[in-house]
Amino acid sequence: MTDIAAQQDSPPGAVALLIISAAGAFLALMATALSPDPLFRLEGWIFTFAALAAAGALTVGVANGRYHADPGRYEDGVIRAGAIATVFWAIVGMLVGVVIALQLAWPRIFYFPDHGWLNFGRLRPLHTSGVIFAFGGNALIATSFYVVQRTCRARLAGGLAGWFVFWGYQLFIVMAAVGYLAGITAGREYAEPEWFVDLWLTIVWVAYLLVFLGTIWKRKEPHIYVANWFYLAFIVTVALLHIVNNLSLPVSLLGAKSYSLFSGVQDALTQWWYGHNAVGFFLTAGFLAIMYYFVPKRAERPVYSYRLSIVHFWSLIFIYIWAGPHHLHYTALPQWAQTLGMTFSIMLWMPSWGGMINGLMTLSGAWDKLRTDPVLRMMAVAVGFYGMSTFEGPLMSIRAVNALSHYTDWTIGHVHSGALGWVGFISFGAIYCLVPWLWKKDRLHSNALVEWHFWIATLGLLLYIAAMWVSGIGEGLLWREYTPQGFLANSFVETVSAKHIANIIRALGGLMYLSGAVIMAYNIYRTIRQPAPAALPEASGPIVAAAA
Amino acid sequence: MWKKHSKLERHSLLLVLGILLVVSVGGLVEIAPLFFLESTIEKVRGMRPYTPLEQAGRDIYIREGCYVCHSQMIRPLRDEVERYGPYSLAAESMYDHPFQWGSKRTGPDLARVGGKYSDAWHVQHLIDPRSVVPESIMPPYAFLAKKDLKVDDIEARLRALNRVGVPYTETALKNARADLEAQVDPTASGVSLARYYGEKVNRRDFDGDPDRLTEMDALVAYLQMLGTLVDFRTYEADAPENLR
Repeated sequence: MTDIAAQQDSPPGAVALLIISAAGAFLALMATALSPDPLFRLEGWIFTFAALAAAGALTVGVANGRYHADPGRYEDGVIRAGAIATVFWAIVGMLVGVVIALQLAWPRIFYFPDHGWLNFGRLRPLHTSGVIFAFGGNALIATSFYVVQRTCRARLAGGLAGWFVFWGYQLFIVMAAVGYLAGITAGREYAEPEWFVDLWLTIVWVAYLLVFLGTIWKRKEPHIYVANWFYLAFIVTVALLHIVNNLSLPVSLLGAKSYSLFSGVQDALTQWWYGHNAVGFFLTAGFLAIMYYFVPKRAERPVYSYRLSIVHFWSLIFIYIWAGPHHLHYTALPQWAQTLGMTFSIMLWMPSWGGMINGLMTLSGAWDKLRTDPVLRMMAVAVGFYGMSTFEGPLMSIRAVNALSHYTDWTIGHVHSGALGWVGFISFGAIYCLVPWLWKKDRLHSNALVEWHFWIATLGLLLYIAAMWVSGIGEGLLWREYTPQGFLANSFVETVSAKHIANIIRALGGLMYLSGAVIMAYNIYRTIRQPAPAALPEASGPIVAAAA
Repeated sequence: MWKKHSKLERHSLLLVLGILLVVSVGGLVEIAPLFFLESTIEKVRGMRPYTPLEQAGRDIYIREGCYVCHSQMIRPLRDEVERYGPYSLAAESMYDHPFQWGSKRTGPDLARVGGKYSDAWHVQHLIDPRSVVPESIMPPYAFLAKKDLKVDDIEARLRALNRVGVPYTETALKNARADLEAQVDPTASGVSLARYYGEKVNRRDFDGDPDRLTEMDALVAYLQMLGTLVDFRTYEADAPENLR
C-alpha cells in the first residue's frame, strides 16, 4: 500500500516547478502585453509559449505520477535528450556557417536587399553561438551529467532540476537565435544576447551548478574524479565571466535594448577577458573534462599521469584568465596590459600541452586501437588538434606576429582548427561512445560510417585551415605592401578580391565537415533504432553495477 | 604536496573556492587598474557625446552587426596610419557603450570614415554595395532607406547612456527628440543642437529624401562623424600625460 502511494506521489520539486512555470508564463504574458517594443514582444511570446508548454507537460506528468524517481538508478533520460540536441544543433550551427561562408564567396547570390535578417552581420552571431553555445554547450551539459553520475556513483541531484537545465538551456538558445535574426544584439562578440536573455541564462546556469554540485555531494566515492574538476572550473568560471561581461543597463524593463555599463577601453578589455576565457573555460576546460573521461574509458587505459593532471589543471585555469589582452595588441589599450597578456599567453602553451600529453599518453599500451576503432582515433586526433591550436595561439599572441595576423582570416582559421579539430572531434567521439551506452545497444549501427565521417571531416578541416592560412597571411601582407616609390601597393578592395578562391575552398571545407556531421546523425539514428541486444552492456543501468 | 591536494579532491566547496580564487587574480590585476589609472585615457580636445541622431545611427550599426566585419581601431603601424589616418586613441571611444573596436577586417576600418565619402556615396553603397565597388562582398542594406527611424524612445536611450556615465545634461536629454529632428532639417534653427554638441555637428538631410526621416539618415549621420571629433592639431602624442 505505502509502496503504491509512494509510486503515485509526485516529488514536491515537480509541483514547485509546475507552479514556477505557470507563474513564469503569466509574468511573460503580462510583459508581452505591456511592452511597446515589437522585438521584445516577439521574445515575450516565445518565453510565454515555452513556459505554458512546460506547465502543460508538468501537469500531465504530475497527474499521472510520472516523476517518481528510482534513487537506485541513474538519471539517463536527460542525457539522451542532450545527446540528440547536441547532434541537432551541430547540424544547424554548421549549416549556418556554410551559408555565411558562401555569402563571402558569392555575395550576389545570397542576399535579399529588403530583408536584413539574412545579412552576414546577423547570421554570423547565429553561427558562432550556434556552434559554441548550442552544439558545444549541449555536449558539455549532457556529458557532464553522464560523467558526474558515473564517477560519483550517485543519481543526478535535484529530481527534475536536470530537465529544467536542459529545457531552460534550449529556450536560451532559441531566444538568442531568434533575437539575432530579428536584430536584437548587445554588440559584443560571443556575448550577443541582450540583457533579458542573459538573465535567463544566469538562472539556468545557477541551476546547472547546483545540480552538478549536488550530485558530487551525494557521491559514494571519496575522491572527486579529475574530469569533474574541469567541469566545475568550466561551470563556475563561465558564470563569473558571463555576469561581469554582460553588466548593462536596459533602456526600459519592457524593451530589448540595453547599454553596456562600461565604455571604450575598459569595455574592450572586459569583453576580451570574457571572449578569450569563453575559449579557455567553455571550449577548453569543459572539453578537457570530456577527454579525461571518454579517452581512458574508450581506450580502457588509466589516465597517464595523476600529478600531471593536477599541475596542468591549476596552471591552466590560473594562466588562461590573463590572456585576454592579446586580442587588443597595438590598440588603444595601455601597453602594460598588452605585454602582460602576451606574456601569459606564451606561458599558456605549457599547461595546454600538459593536457595534450596527458590525453595522448593515456593511449600507452592501446595505440593499436587507433587502427581498429575510428571513435578512439577521432578523439586522439582531437587531442592532436588541441595541441596544434594551443601552439598556434601563443604564436599569434606575440605582438610582432599579431601585427600581421590580427584583423585577418588567419584568426578565423586558428579558431576553426580549435573548434572543428578539437571541440568538434572530441564531442563527436563522446557522442559515438554515449549513444550505445545510453540506449543500451552493444555497438554503433556502423563503424564504416564513422570512418567516412572521420575522413570527410578531417579533409574538410584541413582544406578550411589551409585556405585561411593562405588568405589570412596573404591579406596581412597585401595590406602592408609598398611600391618601390613608398606608396601603399593595394587598395583595400583589391585585398578582398584576392581572397575569392580561398573563400570558395573554405566553403567547400565547411561543407565537407557538415557532411560528416550529417553522416553521424544518420548513424546515431540507426543505432537508436537498432533492436536491443539480449544482455545489457555494463556501462548503464543500475548504480551498483556501474563503477566508473 | 600531492597528499595535500587530496583535501581539495575530497571537499567540493574547497575545490570551488580554490577555482574562484585562482581565476580571479588575472582579471583583477589587468582590468581593475584601467578604471583607476588616469593615464589610461589620453587628454584630448574635441570629444563630445553623440548627438541623438548619431546615437540612433550607432544603435543601427550595432543592430546590423557591422562590427563583425569592420573594425574601428587604427593601430599605430605605418600602413594603417597611411591607409586610414591617425591611429585611434582610447579617448575616442570613451563614450562608446559598448565599444565597437571590432576584431576582423573583412571590410576596411571605419574609425575615421567620417567625411571621406559623400552622403550620396554612402547611401548608394549601403543600398547596393556592388553598384559603387564592383568587387565588394558586403551585404546590401536597401531596407534602411525604406524604414522610418524610431524616434519616440530616443530620450529614454540617452537617459540610459547618461546613467552609465555619458555626460548629457538634463536639458540636452529633454531636448533629445527635437535635436534629433533638427539635425536632418537644414531649415530648423539648430541653436540647441549647437549649444549641446558644438558648431561642428553635421546638419543636413543625409539620405537624399528630405521628406522622410529614415534609418538611413541616422546611420549615415553616424558614419559621417566617425573619427572626426578629436582635434589632432592640438594633440601631443609625446606629452607626458599621454604616454602609456
